[in-house]
Amino acid sequence: MQSQEQVKLLEILSSVADPEIPVLSIDEMGILRGVAIEHGRVKVTITPTYSGCPAIDQIAQDVSTVLADNGYPESEVLLVLSPAWTTDWMSDESKQKLRDYGIAPPCRTTDLSQSSEEQRLLFTAPCPQCRSLNTQIISQFGSTACKALWKCNQCKEPFDYFKPI
Amino acid sequence: MNNDLYTYTLRQADNAMILCQRLCQWAAKAPELEEDIALTNIGLDMIGQARSLYQYAAELSDKDISEDDLAFMRDERQWRNLLLVEQPSGNFADTIARQYFYDVWHLAFLQELVNCNDEMLAAIATKSVKEAQYHVRHSSNWVKRLGDGTELSHERMQEAVNEMWQFTPEMFESDEVDQRLLAKGHAADLSKVKVIWDTAVTALLEEATLIKPDEAFLMSGGRQGIHTQHLGYILAEMQILPRSMPGCKW
Ligand SMILES: [Zn+2]
Repeated sequence: MQSQEQVKLLEILSSVADPEIPVLSIDEMGILRGVAIEHGRVKVTITPTYSGCPAIDQIAQDVSTVLADNGYPESEVLLVLSPAWTTDWMSDESKQKLRDYGIAPPCRTTDLSQSSEEQRLLFTAPCPQCRSLNTQIISQFGSTACKALWKCNQCKEPFDYFKPI
Repeated sequence: MNNDLYTYTLRQADNAMILCQRLCQWAAKAPELEEDIALTNIGLDMIGQARSLYQYAAELSDKDISEDDLAFMRDERQWRNLLLVEQPSGNFADTIARQYFYDVWHLAFLQELVNCNDEMLAAIATKSVKEAQYHVRHSSNWVKRLGDGTELSHERMQEAVNEMWQFTPEMFESDEVDQRLLAKGHAADLSKVKVIWDTAVTALLEEATLIKPDEAFLMSGGRQGIHTQHLGYILAEMQILPRSMPGCKW
């Protein structure tokens, strides 16, 4: 059950985004794991996307800043590793926002875990620009830890694919 | 303090830290831009894993130390990484052979560790295992592509496999620390890891048309602090700033 104050805090925190994916809030990304009020202090729990996510310190700082700006000068940001972050925490709406922004959203990891290496090779990410499935991977590693680099053979544009993890 | 758990955590952290440092030497120098990005991204995952492990090691230690003290203030003999990860990056095939042997071991090791009953090590392993799966796919693809590629790439890849092979048995060495922790359910069972590694590596080398080297003379000692001549240079480069300006901040 969310108290009224928690709803208000979530509303405030919805302005904080991963600087590498500005189109999604940390809540939509699944980075925000919890908001609680303990002894009058706001306690926010966050989790990194990848172990080496360079944005996590910035996110923690942004959380404190935005809370202070909205009347909560005393807050605590807690970083947890477990349960490990997964792209499956993203909702369909969040995935649509990614697509509109030009990033191909991740497929579900549960679909992936049942597929063989051969099936993985046959997988193609739909182009976020023209929706074509005539695409190919350029590199498993892209502009940031969470993205792979693909290209579309239809519209000839390169694009980022959010890696399922 | 739990000395065994501290040592065990430090060994994992040191592997990640040193291999990351090696991979970062490819920044702006890799054979192609995509590869430059891939190797440094893998390095980034490793420094993240190293940080989580150093933070935990610092917590386990009874001294008042931080993750940075562990990374930057220890001398060569105090490092506990495998000899494999400190080997020079050489040519691209050398880097790939080192990475592939490590990645297959690391993934199997983590898959064992996710079930261990030390909550923190299990949490770090659960997070790292997702990243390690991408690493193995990357290095396996390159071993196949170079091994089963041109005459020159095949030759270089075979030489690299032969060179790095001598450092692989150390990955499965189990000493008293491993054994005591394994008995408590805190550690990965290295005999199981070895079976998985042997099977995967044998199959991939064959697919890549490469010859699996004979049993090698065992090069070991890294986990006890006895290193090859290469580690000192890595540390000198990595530690110069915090050592010459202790406590400095950005
Ligand atoms: Zn397209």
